[in-house]
Amino acid sequence: MDSSGRFVARHVATLPKSGIRDFFAIVSKMKDAVSLGIGEPDFVTPYHIREAAISSLEKGRTSYTDNRGTQQFREEISRYVAKNYGPEYDPETEILGTIGVSEALDILLRATLNPGDKVLYHEPCYVSYAPSVTLCHAEAIPIRTVSADQFALDPAALRAAWQPGCKLLVLNFPTNPTGGTADRAKLEAIAKFAIEKDLLVASDEIYSELTFEGDHVSIASLPGMRERTIFLHGFSKAFAMTGFRIGYACGPAAVIDGMLKVHQYGIMCAPIMSQEAAVEALRNGRDSMLHMRDKYRERRDFIVRRFNELGLKCHLPRGAFYAFPDITSTGMDSMTFAQKLLEQQKVAMVPGTAFGAAGAGFCRASFSTSYEKIHEAGERIARFLDTIPRR
Amino acid sequence: MNSVLKLILDGEALDTAQIGKILGLGAEAVDRELAALRKQGVLLGMRPVLNPSYESEHRVRAVIEIKIRTEGVGGFDGIAERISSFEQVESCYLMSGGYDLLVVVTADNLYKVAGFVHERLARIDGVQGTSTHFFLRAYKKDGFIVNAEGSRRDQPSVSP
Repeated sequence: MDSSGRFVARHVATLPKSGIRDFFAIVSKMKDAVSLGIGEPDFVTPYHIREAAISSLEKGRTSYTDNRGTQQFREEISRYVAKNYGPEYDPETEILGTIGVSEALDILLRATLNPGDKVLYHEPCYVSYAPSVTLCHAEAIPIRTVSADQFALDPAALRAAWQPGCKLLVLNFPTNPTGGTADRAKLEAIAKFAIEKDLLVASDEIYSELTFEGDHVSIASLPGMRERTIFLHGFSKAFAMTGFRIGYACGPAAVIDGMLKVHQYGIMCAPIMSQEAAVEALRNGRDSMLHMRDKYRERRDFIVRRFNELGLKCHLPRGAFYAFPDITSTGMDSMTFAQKLLEQQKVAMVPGTAFGAAGAGFCRASFSTSYEKIHEAGERIARFLDTIPRR
Repeated sequence: MNSVLKLILDGEALDTAQIGKILGLGAEAVDRELAALRKQGVLLGMRPVLNPSYESEHRVRAVIEIKIRTEGVGGFDGIAERISSFEQVESCYLMSGGYDLLVVVTADNLYKVAGFVHERLARIDGVQGTSTHFFLRAYKKDGFIVNAEGSRRDQPSVSP
């Protein structure tokens, strides 16, 4: 019998597993399932970007790089961020290449949190935020966002959630899983509050290129925010590069330096071939990115219309590639709905509660999949709904 | 671009009812749209793209480069139109470079292609020479990778 569990640290042992894992285990064994549960682009990385990685290997560029990433990589990031988001960062001291935004956020938390510090974040949100905070022996404090507000963060709710000991605010716009965004006015109010309470802000902008309504505004570009914001970004979503595991953090030098310490001992550096592919994406990837964005937008319009036709109220996500329909009219909770739908019609949607308590009553449906699959899922969901009494 | 056309060109296997649902049009409206596109000469037709390994059990395909002489025979168009009218001819293009027309033909077997070349093409007034190349194996066809098995087979079916 395996009794090695006694060696696992208390705060890890008590950490809940991602709700997505259980679901994945069921779906992966099921044949003919239509999955709307995939949180990544259904496009293959554009060819010219793949070719840059291949070329890097062919040239024998297989070494470590500077801990921060190659000079070229950081210079391109600096240019790209200044051009598209506003703030200018020094490639020498203010930019750090990472293994995706996941690592960037993790090392930011580890570099800045003391045990007992408090971290504000808006829910529903990406599955790793709260656990990553817990792993730092810090306390995660969720701020609920709601469908009526298209899941934007209400500055008043932020103020209400704040308590003494809060050090960091994690933002993610557009949001996985809700597609929520924050306009300039909301961000200005949030920024004002962050300054008032002297909060450090971690802004995960991984979906920013996939903004369908209005212009994306980075909180780092607002007055007084550059010096207290760590801008986190990567290549997985906009350039369909999930498997490359490449991202970056930009921010004031002292915090980036702290992150660099954690990064250099834990990771060393991001893979060189991924860095070279990323350089190509930054230089020449815009057309491919726009093409993919257009496709996502068309599919979004279809899936959202379909959910609403079926009587599952669904707001129009303003960014990212997830629809987040309200399933409360079925009388079921998110997990029951998702499980029954999977058992009876073999359609996989992720229960909203996997993204925090504020996701209760919703399910996430990725529209990063073919029309054929979205259409088929719609037919199956219609059949499923026919079998249950509706409120 | 026309939204119906755009969807068809994406290459997903969708019938008109599905297209109608996706675009919020209804199947009849899609059919009307397709009819209009045909009438305008934009859409010449729609055919399935078959895996050539299936196709080649029954057919052979070849490209033929044709050099032509235009004096006294009605110019390129006259000859190209004549060649295009043969049912063995799948496509016919006027080309720049070392030859004038590029013709793709399919037939039941190699001998029928050969027969087509020397009995039909070679007899057309203005055809000066031909060079025939048979297709051996297809790796990509009409935008589809042939035998693209499991290029994403390791992708998890649910991910965060």
